Amino acid sequence: MVYHLHFEALLPYWRVLLDGLIFTIVLTVVSTVAGIAVGTAGASARTFGPAWLGRVVICYVELIRNTPFIVQLFFIFFGLPALGLKLSETTAAFLAMTINLGAYSTEIIRAGIEAVPKGHLEAGVSLAMSKWEVLRYIVLKQAFRKIYPALSSQIIIVMLGSAVVSQISAQDLTYAANFVASRNFRNFEVYILAAVVYLLLAIAMRAVLRGLGRYLFKAAV
Amino acid sequence: MLQFSFWDILSNLLIATGWTIILSLIAFVSGGLVGLILLFMRTSQIKPLEWFTKSYIEFFQGTPLLMQLFLFFFGIALFGVEVSPWLAAWLALTLWTSAFLTEIWRGCVESIPRGQWEASSSLALTYIEQMRYVILPQALRIAVAPTVGFSVQVIKGTALASIIGFVELTKAGTVLNNATFRPFLVYSLVALIYFCLCFPLSWCAKKLEGRLNAAR
Repeated sequence: MVYHLHFEALLPYWRVLLDGLIFTIVLTVVSTVAGIAVGTAGASARTFGPAWLGRVVICYVELIRNTPFIVQLFFIFFGLPALGLKLSETTAAFLAMTINLGAYSTEIIRAGIEAVPKGHLEAGVSLAMSKWEVLRYIVLKQAFRKIYPALSSQIIIVMLGSAVVSQISAQDLTYAANFVASRNFRNFEVYILAAVVYLLLAIAMRAVLRGLGRYLFKAAV
Repeated sequence: MLQFSFWDILSNLLIATGWTIILSLIAFVSGGLVGLILLFMRTSQIKPLEWFTKSYIEFFQGTPLLMQLFLFFFGIALFGVEVSPWLAAWLALTLWTSAFLTEIWRGCVESIPRGQWEASSSLALTYIEQMRYVILPQALRIAVAPTVGFSVQVIKGTALASIIGFVELTKAGTVLNNATFRPFLVYSLVALIYFCLCFPLSWCAKKLEGRLNAAR
């Protein structure tokens, strides 16, 4: 049997798909920024904080890294309302993405912090820098430069993982694709299109992140 | 109305866990086999083969696994073949796994010093023989830790098969939640079971990595 693809059947829905794409991009950017903030705090707490706080961070990281994102999402969206915390699907999506990236970036940034030589910290302290100044200007700056490539690929993995938020009906690109498929029954065409858009988005993000890295660290990344 | 006790929920989830394990194992093994073939193609120095594997990897690493599942589930059906969620999940997970494993293993193969390639080719070994007797045995040692680490991703990846209707742990969780209206309990248990499956593997991967570094 020969099947003819009809991509023109998707044309009337370009607006829906574009809105979905924009949501995916916004979701990724916002949760990347928030996730890296969580990760920086987590990694700093783990290396410089008190022991009990370090153990809490370890539990958080291992719990998130060893369970599927979709289960975390369902837990936040369906499970938390049982405790009286009711979230909209958009908020739940942002929260789940941030918590997820936060755990992975904690682990990545920690590796960077541990790669900073002890002597640099001591040098900072001997220059009468405060603990915060040492962390900010000596440790984190070097740590981020070292782990930037690893962090970039994790951001792209999280962007691709965001397709799952469609399952709690957050209106991202995959949700839009499902919506179009339910209207015109051109499942295959719309999913091909969505897959290609995701691929281009991943390639574009890689290029942007590489450019940003060059700008931030003034070195080839 | 039918009542579900805690043990009913747990035992149903554990039965579904069996399917998660089976799907993970099968996808990992078949993905590994496809990955091995792709690895030979990727390192063969034959341009069209390299180009093909590069775009293959780019596609499977650059698109969401969920999209790949949808494409297989709806795509194969267009050829008039009845697709079960089981078949679509297996195919998508296999190809997805193979793309990642090929990239991981390529890194291991490339970390073998060039001299090994040159020495073995000066002994008149063919490409396949070089790989079989010289390169892969050495690369294998480095590859174990990241491969075990990636198996965790495969287990987590099978959770997405629930979306196309394959009844494994996550799907069983959704069904039980719909029947019992106890989402907090159900999803906590689901997460806990996944954790019990994945954490030992993550732990192993970390230990293996440490041992490898000590050996150097």
